[in-house]
Amino acid sequence: MAKVVLENISKMFGKVAAVKNCDLTVEDKEFVILVGPSGCGKSTALRMVAGLEEPTTGTIYIGDRAVNDLPPKDRDIAMVFQEYALYPHMSVYKNMAFALKLRKFPKEEIDQRVREASDILGIQDLLDRKPKQLSGGQRQRVAVGRAIVRKPAVFLFDEPLSNLDAKLRVQMRAELSKLHDRLQTTIIYVTHDQVEAMTMGTKIVVMKDALIQQIGTPLGVYNFPVNLFVAGFIGSPVMNFIPCRVLSKDGRLMIDAEAFQLPIPEKKAPYYQALAGSEAFFGIRPNDIYDRLFAPEHLKENAIRAVVDVIEPLGSEIHLNVTAGKHNLVAMVDTQTNVRMHQEIELAIDLNKMHLFEKNPPNLRIAAE
Amino acid sequence: MGSETVKSRGGRSLRRLLDRESSLGIILMLPGALLLIIFMAYPFFLGIWLSLTDSVIGEMGDFIGFRNYTDLLGDSIFHQTARNTLIYALVTVPFKAMLGLGLAMVLSNRMRFSNPIRAAVMMPWIVPTALSTLGWFMILDPVFSPISWLLRSLGVIKQNINFLGDPILAISSVCLVNIWRGIPFFGITILAGLQAVPQELHEAAAIDGANAWHRFIHITIPTIRGVVLIAALLSIIWTFADFQLIYILTKGGPANTTHIFGTYAYQIGLSATDIGQGAAIALYMFPILAVFAILLLMYLRRD
Repeated sequence: MAKVVLENISKMFGKVAAVKNCDLTVEDKEFVILVGPSGCGKSTALRMVAGLEEPTTGTIYIGDRAVNDLPPKDRDIAMVFQEYALYPHMSVYKNMAFALKLRKFPKEEIDQRVREASDILGIQDLLDRKPKQLSGGQRQRVAVGRAIVRKPAVFLFDEPLSNLDAKLRVQMRAELSKLHDRLQTTIIYVTHDQVEAMTMGTKIVVMKDALIQQIGTPLGVYNFPVNLFVAGFIGSPVMNFIPCRVLSKDGRLMIDAEAFQLPIPEKKAPYYQALAGSEAFFGIRPNDIYDRLFAPEHLKENAIRAVVDVIEPLGSEIHLNVTAGKHNLVAMVDTQTNVRMHQEIELAIDLNKMHLFEKNPPNLRIAAE
Repeated sequence: MGSETVKSRGGRSLRRLLDRESSLGIILMLPGALLLIIFMAYPFFLGIWLSLTDSVIGEMGDFIGFRNYTDLLGDSIFHQTARNTLIYALVTVPFKAMLGLGLAMVLSNRMRFSNPIRAAVMMPWIVPTALSTLGWFMILDPVFSPISWLLRSLGVIKQNINFLGDPILAISSVCLVNIWRGIPFFGITILAGLQAVPQELHEAAAIDGANAWHRFIHITIPTIRGVVLIAALLSIIWTFADFQLIYILTKGGPANTTHIFGTYAYQIGLSATDIGQGAAIALYMFPILAVFAILLLMYLRRD
């Protein structure tokens, strides 16, 4: 059980920065997810915590200790790798017992711990097998088992589910959440999958281009993304971004996207006042766009016309790719929506959920709460 | 018109022959099989036949059964030859394997110019044995040896060392040269094995608490065990059947103390023209090599 602190951590590979000026506090027992596209530095950050990479600058603390100079084995951490990294010539039992054996634990305790971990993960029947004889999901469990027998202060996961098929991934996601609940240990988990981040984390850290973009709870990041990148990365389907101009017309603030104009809700207007007359990005999530016919009554007045390009019926909802003027949008509409390709549809937009982002990088979001 | 149909029918059946995997396989194997029959199988069986006769060079002899073989059992030089061969083939292998492993470990580290260095390290293996051994012949020369010269000028010795003239020194010298020639093969083979070990395994072990020595024992050794075994078996087989190195350095001397099967068979069969007896000497290698070859094949087919 321990808190992990990264203090002004940077990592250079030659002239390329993999991680830049990273400050992060992972509280004890927290399930923190580092999420971002490939090459954003999330794995490097994790590997620095593990001791597999040395930070170029900054200090890493695990518990109260600065661990920069400690080798991985003395950091009281366990890590689960993307490719599982099971020792191919050892049985499942020996894989799990290896760390304890190196640490000279008594035989009975090793045995007890391995049995306990294999009970938790449901791999009791696999203990005599070699990794080769296991399926991907089973290997994953063994890799997790090898980490939990150690009872480390911190668990590190490096994209552990990315080699599993979709169904198994959903299942393992739930199991890892349960495991965290049961073990009550600090977990740092790296993924590029925003769904894993949203569903498992108690705190998520969004990274891009070696920089931390935002740290927050999953819902906090989802509802109040700091910039256009985070808004687009978190949430599925992706938030719609439409270049627009903010206008002040008859004392009301409006969004002008050429093909359509929408009034900014009065609640938000004061925050956006300063933007009047300038360009920005209008952001709206697909699930905040309705088929006007099935929209709640109070949303019906803010509607736009669009032509349907693609219809994706998912059973529980329908995704529509539409064109409004020269803008492409995705809308998540009611299953009763009856529309054909190339037809026009009226879409109601919940403007209380809208975001505005600055036109120029880093495209900061204008806070409106 | 008639001939055209015949032609196209012929073309069609040829195509069918090439399309079917079973017949295509046989067709593709034929050239190789022919070469093997002409250059390996025929001489081998001829050798067996010769060993059962009292042939001498230039004159086909009569069938005498296993007399050539039984005669050899009472031949003290043959005993010594067998002993020398075992020493030569078996004593050198652990050294080659160990030094080769060390070399592989050094080479597996990423460093500047690692590719040219790796290529350079292969030199003893690539240069024709006859050529490199001539170099060693000079290095070990009783009069002009640079080793003797160096040790003498350092005051370590007073007289030149007679590397190839003293029985113990001679067998040690040929073993040394054999080890020198064999290290790169082990080195490069083991290097390939080392590079097949995923980095993640070492990282996982490092986190599990393994220091460099533990990782070597628990990760590196088990993963390269297979290639080391294969390299060792191949090396034993090749060394057993060696000829050039010894022939150039000592021709089996002094006083037969470095004779191995190959050189002794040559001496009896060609120099002394007793080709039947020579064939028998060479064929004594056969059961021993067969055992190693079968072990090798069994290991390779294990999975």
